[in-house]
Order: sequence, then structure tokens, then C-alpha cells
Amino acid sequence: MAEPEKNFDQDMEFFVDMQRCISCHACETACAECETNGQETMIHVNYVDRAHSVQTTVQVCMHCEDPACANVCPADAISKDSNGVVHSANTSRCIGCSNCVMACPFGVPKKMEAAELMMKCNLCYDRTSVGKKPMCATVCPSGALYYGTREEMRKKRPNSDPVNTFKFGAQTVHTKVNVMMPKGSKELKVH
Amino acid sequence: MAKLPISVDKIIENYGPHKAYAPKQGFHGHADPDKLVKTHCCFCGMQCGLQLKVKDNAVVGFEPWMEFPFNEGRMCPKGVARYLQNNHADRLLSPLERVESEGFKAVDWETAMSRTVTEIKRIQSTYGNDAFAMLSGVSLTNELSYMVGKFARVALKTANLDYNGRLCMVSAGAGNKKAFGLDRISNSWVDLKHAEVIMICGSNVSETFPTLIHYIWEARDNGAKLIVVDPRVTPVARTADLHLPVRPGTDSALYGAMLQQLVENDWLDHDFINQHTSGFDATIAAVKDYSLEWAEKVTGIPAESIKQAAAMWGQAKTSFMMHARGIEHHSKGVDNVLGCINLVLATGRIGKPYCGYGTITGQGNGQGGREHGHKCDQLPGNRDITNPEHRKYIADVWGIDEKDMPGKGLTAYEILEAIHRGEIKGLISICFNPVVSLPNNNMVREALEKLEYYVAIDFFLNETARHANVVLSGALHEEEEGTVTSAEGRVIKINAAVTPPGDARTDASILKELAARLGAGDKFAFKNSEAIFNELRVASKGGTADYYGITYERIVKNYGVFWPCPSLDHPGTPRLWEDRKFATPDGKAHFNPAPYRDPGEPTDKEYPVVLTTGRVVSQYLSGTQTRRIGKLLDQYPEPLLEIHPSLAQQFGIQDRDLVKVVTRRGEAEFPAQVVTTIRSDTVFIPYHWGGSKSANQLTIGNLDPISKIPEFKVCACKLIPLGRKAPPVSESDAYQSV
Ligand code: SF4
Ligand code: SF4
Ligand code: SF4
Repeated sequence: MAEPEKNFDQDMEFFVDMQRCISCHACETACAECETNGQETMIHVNYVDRAHSVQTTVQVCMHCEDPACANVCPADAISKDSNGVVHSANTSRCIGCSNCVMACPFGVPKKMEAAELMMKCNLCYDRTSVGKKPMCATVCPSGALYYGTREEMRKKRPNSDPVNTFKFGAQTVHTKVNVMMPKGSKELKVH
Repeated sequence: MAKLPISVDKIIENYGPHKAYAPKQGFHGHADPDKLVKTHCCFCGMQCGLQLKVKDNAVVGFEPWMEFPFNEGRMCPKGVARYLQNNHADRLLSPLERVESEGFKAVDWETAMSRTVTEIKRIQSTYGNDAFAMLSGVSLTNELSYMVGKFARVALKTANLDYNGRLCMVSAGAGNKKAFGLDRISNSWVDLKHAEVIMICGSNVSETFPTLIHYIWEARDNGAKLIVVDPRVTPVARTADLHLPVRPGTDSALYGAMLQQLVENDWLDHDFINQHTSGFDATIAAVKDYSLEWAEKVTGIPAESIKQAAAMWGQAKTSFMMHARGIEHHSKGVDNVLGCINLVLATGRIGKPYCGYGTITGQGNGQGGREHGHKCDQLPGNRDITNPEHRKYIADVWGIDEKDMPGKGLTAYEILEAIHRGEIKGLISICFNPVVSLPNNNMVREALEKLEYYVAIDFFLNETARHANVVLSGALHEEEEGTVTSAEGRVIKINAAVTPPGDARTDASILKELAARLGAGDKFAFKNSEAIFNELRVASKGGTADYYGITYERIVKNYGVFWPCPSLDHPGTPRLWEDRKFATPDGKAHFNPAPYRDPGEPTDKEYPVVLTTGRVVSQYLSGTQTRRIGKLLDQYPEPLLEIHPSLAQQFGIQDRDLVKVVTRRGEAEFPAQVVTTIRSDTVFIPYHWGGSKSANQLTIGNLDPISKIPEFKVCACKLIPLGRKAPPVSESDAYQSV
């Protein structure tokens, strides 16, 4: 496990509230501005069914407690640190095998074909480790993405509850990133 | 004369638009900038605060500005990517002069300036002063708006000056003046957060003012009900408690019927109406026959929904009403606006906490740009150019004789019509791209071809500047200092981050030199932008848009100051009318009858479909800036024709089929996007593109009789499926930005 950065604020959490997403793609544009990403975006916005709705979903790394991507990586290129951040593949180790891409229940890691490298969101570690907020959550104009304390979130969204327990069939996944659900929700069944 | 010197393809090859994905010098210095400059986005009326990263006198990136209170770091993709236009490969680095059959050649400033001034003098001495017109834009700072107004009247001595706000929110401005005597949103956005009901009329807030959405969603967390009037299910309409899918061009019937419901159910604030308003009786008399059933027939909105809207609006204790181009871009835009205002006044919910009303300005300085006198009918401080007292006051500030000040001139579209008729022979434009942004733009292009001399001040060779005899290479937003006034009436500071590259100059210095060469140098001897602002403050003093108490220092210290702010010890006015003293001569708010009439070009057998236009989130206005930013263009690469499946079926159109859209003014081909998120009698095309992909070849120049705004939002069209699929986006000429 990598050493925690001392300026990483452990009370801060990441919240995603899909209902609010206005499909503006500011998060993608801003993520690509991160110094670490090589001008590639690590967050993805997609229409659910554009023929019938303008609703979009936004897909970001959930930073799982027990990350499947890291577990299946044969080269130990993916690590989770003690702040709970699951880091993007280590460039010198990643062999571009795509095991992580297949294993992630949320479909997050993407293989950058040109670089033969898996890349994914590392919670803007260069920013969060020095007390700043991640780029995407900073710019998101609608509050669909939010980085702050659980208490702030409860005050802001009295009608929703953050959920970070996901059920994929028999498998239960706990994540560092929360999804906002209607009040009283405790878990999200995906299958 | 001003035909294109060479083919469009050749011009594009040389001057773009080309797509930039990285700063010209690469991302060098991205992580390690020389400085961060606090300023604001150069695009919409939200004017989000942001910081530009500067390295070696070039903007190389952005960093959120968390402390700016309106947006606290939040931005839309345009604001994030705007830095890519600095040092863009298409950037004009020196003045250009057209050379027939060869294109444009770079010339020195002396040549460009002396040629321009000689032509201005020749045209004005041959045909009269008014034969040389000026067109301006409200992406300009307050200082530049003020300077343009003074330049046209004092140096150019022409009456024919108008601005591109004429295509934006002049209907709102005219409505505001009639009802309140003053043209500004009534409240800061903060009041929105606690309103019980929010009604949004004709505004795709989520795509056009994305950072305002945060306030709306927060209001909903606090329990607000949301009503959205829009022919499309936009992202903000998707989540509304009540979406009213109005047939384009029929808005005033909806507001009339709602007013009638307020009267019928006595959801009225009688005390407010009696003590603080006039015109109520005549206004309700005009809608007495506006039954729900009638309104349903006209607007296409179910009667039950209209009733529900009236009940939601009528029974609330606090409310915020806002609108944008969706109701303003009509030949009865002013009536639509007055219809909304009547609902606000009837319930007395104005000038109180959590109650507000106003238009959302589309252009960055849509608010400030309509106060400082570059409209054909207006002088600084929102003064009236036909009012002798107002004229005298400004003439004194300018140090000229009132008799020498030109009178009211033609509006923007009328100027182009007059050029077309051969009455206006010369034109200078700054920050305005009418070939893309005016309706019926085939007429506009023809008009430009008839000019004897056209000089454009611009930083890219946009579609209009391509017709110029001389182009004066001006400055980008990040190269000029000044102030702008955001949509909520907050005067904020734009800080120069870099100096203009190459031989380009600031717009202020260009106007200053032209004025000097026209013999008015002493009137434009401004040392810097603060000096212009200080004169503007004096010129606005005592006007309705009073900036006198606002200084650069106060703006910076307070993150902006809300006008009116008449003295240095005045705190500024985030919320208007708290004292119930309206800016009208009798001090009352005025109801105005706004009876329904049909749009200028109703559908018929030959042209059976309603065409409406608007914007997408990744593009800004005529696309001069945003079509040069790769990321933004990739996000929405080409204009699509949104069409409902039932209408598509009638014409045998499927998704991605190429469809020819024909109106009485022109025709163009667009790929279809078949979606249920639009009315089944209406098609929608975004207007940000030029050339063959320009939606404004199709739109109509019907003008509102009061505001003279064109009816962009409704005309009649027919659809001809071409029997083939649109080419893949990457091969489309719109993607290449022709
Ligand atoms: S920035 Fe926010 S609103 Fe915009 S697409 Fe991303 S998540 Fe959605
Ligand atoms: S947290 Fe940072 S790296 Fe992750 S998606 Fe957001 S901006 Fe990109
Ligand atoms: S375009 Fe408007 S909403 Fe987007 S960042 Fe600029 S000012 Fe903000």
C-alpha cells in the first residue's frame, strides 16, 4: 500500500448525483486538463437513450474498497493507497493486458491503445493530496459531481442519501465514491 | 466590391477555422505557469470567475477560481477550454488588406489606418455622414461599449450605430423599460435558491447558462417547484415538475391564459396592484376571453397543464420568473416578455426576498453592453438619444455641442437592409459576425457585397470579416482590461492576462487611433481602461443604469458591485424595487396588455413544419471562437436537425438521414436526429455554423415592431429527405468547420 499524503483530507468524499447531470461534458473537458492525465479524460458522459431522453450518466472510477482491477492485475500495476484511492496503472509496470478492463464491475478502466496502457481516474491525486478538489467535481456546473464531507452533502441534499454499497448479483462491492439515491436507500442492486 | 477576393476554401485554408487541441507552444508550462490571472469567462452572461495560467506571455491553461461567489469554481466546457483560443494558429497577427483574386495580404498599421480613414472621409463627403455605419457587439467590455458609442457619434458622426444585442435580449430590455422604467434583472441569483416556484420560459438554461443550473437544483433541494416552457425537453425541462411544450410563436397566449386564471381564482395581490401598479384593468380586459380551451388550441399545451401552471404560480408565496431568447426572438418578443411581467406583477412578487424576475443574457456582457450607448437609440446610463435633456447631459460629458450629436439611427438588421438597398455605403464592425448570426443571411451576404468599403476589427477572420477591404487585428478577451456586467447585474473586473501577439493591438487602442485620425483625438485621450471607466461612471451618473459609485478598486474588493450604485458610499443594489419605487415617471410598475397575435410566418400547405433554432452547450453564438477549439467542436461536431419520430415517419426520415430543409429564404442539408424530446410539429437546428451549414439561411427577418429583434425562433419550413445517410461526422464539412 502506498503511503498516504499528509495533506489528503480523509473527511472529503466524492458524490455522484446522476439526476442532476445536464450532459454538458465540462467534467470530461476539465479532467483532461489534469497534469497527470496526458490530456486524456478519465471520466465519461453518455446518453442513456438519446432517442427518448436527454438524460446522461457519468462514469467515474468508484475507488472500490477491494478493487477488482488491482486484484486481477498480473503485473501489480494498480495500487490502492491508505486514503482509499485506487491509482491508475503504473506506467512502468502496466503490460496493457486489459484484465482490469474486464474485471471492473463498473466498466471504468480504459486501455489507451496508443500507449498500450490502462488509464483511469486516480481521484486527481495531484490535487486532492494537496487539499484541492478534483477537477471534474470542481467544475461540474450542476452539482452532479460533488467533493466534500458527508455532513455537507446531507445538508445540501435533504431528500437524498449517499449510497456506496453495490450488489452485482451475489457480489457486494463497497466503494469510496458515493452515488446519491432517494432518501432511505442503503444499497444499489445493479443486476 | 466586397465580394470574397478568393474562394471560401482558400480563405479557410489560410485563416481557418482550424481546430486547436493544444496551445500553439504545446503544454509547456501547463504545470508550472508564470502566473495565474483572476478573470472571467469570455462567453455567456453568467461570467463565471476563473483563473488563466500564463507562461511566456501566452495562456496555457485554466485553474478554477474557488472564491468567486457566483460559481465557486464551477464552469461549463466552454469556460474550461476557452484558453485554447489564445495564440491560436488562426489568430490575426497584423492588419490585412484584400487583394482581388489573391486573398488577403498583411499590411502595416499605417497603411491599414490611412486607407480606412481616407475611405470613411470619401464616403461621408460623397453621401453624407450616415452613409457610413457601425456595428458593435456585446462580448465587448463596458469600457469598449462606451467607447464605441462615443466613437460612432463623436468621431464617425453617424447615427447608424447598432449592436448585436439586437439579436439577443432587446425584447426583454424594451419590456423591462415599459413595465419598470429600468432594464435589469430584479435580483441577484441568490434569491433563486429560496423561491417556492421557479418558472423558466424559453430558456435551455442547462446548455446555455450551465452554471446557473446549480442555483435551480439547490432551490429544488429547498422544495421549489419548477415550471419550464419550451417546445423541447431540454435537460432542465426533463426534471421539471411541469413542462409546458409550447408551440413556437404562441407564448403570449399561454401567459394571457394564465393571467386570466389568476383573475378567475383571485390569486392576486390586490394591495400591490392598487398601490404600486397601473394599467391592471386594461391588461386583464385584454385576456378576458383567454379560456384554457382556447389557449390549448393555440399553444398546443393541454388545458389541464396550463391550469396547473397558473395554480402553482398563483398560490406560491415566493417565486422567480426568468426567460431568455426562446420568448424574445419573436416578432412579438416584447409582448411575450410583458406577458411574463404581468404574471409577476399580478402576484406582487417582486422587490422582496426570494422573489425575482428577469431575462438571462446570452452574451457575456449582454447586460452591461446594453447600458453604455452603442445601441442606435441610446446614450450612456441607458439614456434616450431622442430626449433633449439626456442628449445635453452626454454632450457636456463628451465636450461637444448637443446639436452635433447624431440622432436615432437604424437597428442592426435595418442597417444591413439599408446597405442592401444601396443607402449605406461604408461599414465598420467590431465583434459582430452578422453573416452567421443574422436571419436571412443570404441577404446579409449580398448586402456586404454591395459595400464600397468595409473595415472589420477582429482577432479571427470570421465569416463576415472575409468580406472586408481591410481587417484590423484586434484583441482577445484575455488581452484587454475592463469590466463587464453579468446577467445578474454584477459589475466585475476582466483582467488582462497577456498582451496581444505579433502586431495585433487592443481594440481600445485601435478606436483611439482611428478617432485621432478622424480629428477627434482630444475626445479619446484615455490613458488606460480605468480612465475610460471613470468617464463612463460620470456619463452614467443620474441615468437609470447608474455606475457612478463603482470603481475598479471596489469591484476587486467585493467580487463585483451591483448597479445601480449612484455614489461611492452606496453598497450597490443586488435586489431592485425593495422600496416599491419603480423607475417609471409615475413611480409605479406598469401592467401592459399583451394580446396574442400569430407569428409572422405561420405554417401552410407548402411549408407545413415549424422551424426553431437555438444553441448547444459546447458552442457559443456564431462560433467564431468555439469552432476553433477542437474539444468543443468534437463534442457536437455538426448541426443536427432534431425531429420527432411521428413527424419523421410522415416524411420517411430515419436517424442520420440527410434532410434538406427549405424555407422561403434558403435551403440547407442537415443530418436528422430523431428524438421524442421535441414537439411533433417542430424541428430544431442549432445556429452556430456558417456557410452551407448555417441555420440562419433559413430563418426570417420579421422584426418586433418595438424592439426590432428578428424572429429567429419561428418560421415555416418544408423537409425533403434526400434518400441517403449523412456522411460520418469526421468527413462532414461542418466538422471541418467550413
Ligand atoms: S460536468 Fe456535471 S453536469 Fe456536466 S456532464 Fe459532467 S457530471 Fe454531467
Ligand atoms: S477525479 Fe480527477 S482524474 Fe478522476 S475523473 Fe475527476 S477529474 Fe478525472
Ligand atoms: S460559457 Fe457561461 S456558464 Fe460556461 S463557463 Fe463561460 S460564463 Fe460560465
